[in-house]
Amino acid sequence: MLSDARGPRSGDNGPRHWRNVVVLWTIASLIMVPIVVWVIGPGLPPGNGTVEASGQVTDNTVLLAIATPVALAVLVYLAYAVWAFRERTPEVFVDGPAIQGNSSVQFWWLVATTVIVLFLAGYGSVRMLADGAGGGQGPSPIATPAASEGKPVIVQVIAQQWQFTYRWPQYGGVETSAIDLPTNSLVKFEVTSLDVIHSFWAYELGVKADANPGIDNIAYVTTKGPLAFHVRCAELCGVWHGYMFNQGRVVPKAQFTSWITSQRQADAATTKVLDPFSKTYYPQPLRRGG
Amino acid sequence: MLNQLSEKGRMKGSAKRGVITATAVLAAIAAIAVYIGVYLVQAPASAVATQGPSGVQLHLATVAAAETTDPHPTWVSYYSTDANDQNWRHATTYVLPAHTLVHVTVYEFDSQTGLRNPFLSQPQGATSGSYQVDGKSLTSTDPSVASHIFAVPQIGLSIPLPGISSSAKNPCSNAPCPLSTAHVTITFTFRTPGKGLYRWQCFVPCGAGFIDGNGGPMQTVGYMDGFLHVV
Repeated sequence: MLSDARGPRSGDNGPRHWRNVVVLWTIASLIMVPIVVWVIGPGLPPGNGTVEASGQVTDNTVLLAIATPVALAVLVYLAYAVWAFRERTPEVFVDGPAIQGNSSVQFWWLVATTVIVLFLAGYGSVRMLADGAGGGQGPSPIATPAASEGKPVIVQVIAQQWQFTYRWPQYGGVETSAIDLPTNSLVKFEVTSLDVIHSFWAYELGVKADANPGIDNIAYVTTKGPLAFHVRCAELCGVWHGYMFNQGRVVPKAQFTSWITSQRQADAATTKVLDPFSKTYYPQPLRRGG
Repeated sequence: MLNQLSEKGRMKGSAKRGVITATAVLAAIAAIAVYIGVYLVQAPASAVATQGPSGVQLHLATVAAAETTDPHPTWVSYYSTDANDQNWRHATTYVLPAHTLVHVTVYEFDSQTGLRNPFLSQPQGATSGSYQVDGKSLTSTDPSVASHIFAVPQIGLSIPLPGISSSAKNPCSNAPCPLSTAHVTITFTFRTPGKGLYRWQCFVPCGAGFIDGNGGPMQTVGYMDGFLHVV
């Protein structure tokens, strides 16, 4: 440790190294943490497109603000050691004294990291349980919206190799290859798959939910203003996984109503031959596949 | 003296081992380089559409099984062919001009499988909004009779291809299949987008013998997947 690792020319300055490192680290942290919180934080992903996405920006900011002093401690320690214990007489190569343990440092390092990890575990759990954080919660979600938020718009996300389609049980069970959502609305995604495991990742919405065959994976999101968002599959699902993406929009409610009405009309014939709406569809048909 | 000779012998042996080791390493590097080089220059065959008076013509065929000489003779596959059902080529990359009408004819020699998602029974992206099956214009297909789909998701094209009946007489077992064998002829037209590489695929789980029918030929470019190379 620093108090024992005196270089050949460090002389009696050794005990002051700790003070120097702590002072430098404190100054660096006092500069960087506010920068992280007020400058970098607002630009962190996934943006502020929905209530859940904004929550994720806050969470990412908290994580980064806590990680910053930890990272700075390592970097300051490293930089200081390189500078303070450099060889001042390179023509005389002399090894330093053997490094010895420092139980006090080890103890406080363990205490500090344990406190940080336990705090993050608690913080993350509380945040997840508050509103689901846009994640898939399985068929029986724990973090459900309050009744005061009203009835959600239900969108069933159907994944198959290799595309997403969307089914709207509140609108005659029509299925669409595109997705529009109304602004300022609670949306309930019911995500499932017709074949292998996929993952519905609507990046700007802050939604990510695995699409498992035979499983109804539910995720909630509350939209804000108009927004264009990307949908990607986030689970390696086969040869065209990289192409399994499309785009969606959050549009004013009147525009959404107009869009879904036109979809119902355009797909009326197809809707008649669709299977009745169900939470899952897997594994029909399997005439060819084994 | 004896010690010197022994030392020389050891050095000779050491040098020999060094040469052998270096040669083996170089040989291994060369073999890996050749393997990578061969892999990089290999590409699935491509077919160029033929120019017609109002666009280009693309003739395709789907078969229940590839040629008997194919590395996977039991795999279902697309082929390119011509208007006379001649010059069959095992190609699933189709070279097409940009912003041009493409008149596609598909000779469907395979039997019915059924769609996993009936939503895909509706043709999308065809210029007329419909397609022709054995000369008859349709706007949708019974999901249970679909054999394959020709879909280019990036441009919103998806055409369901009805298969031959399971009781059809004279079905074709392996490519190439003459038009005298049982088949369904599907035609449709679409417009190519700008230059680029657009993947196409079949959405019917037609990979017999694989889990859920989505393995093997469904996962392999050159069988039920490929590209539109728009130039």
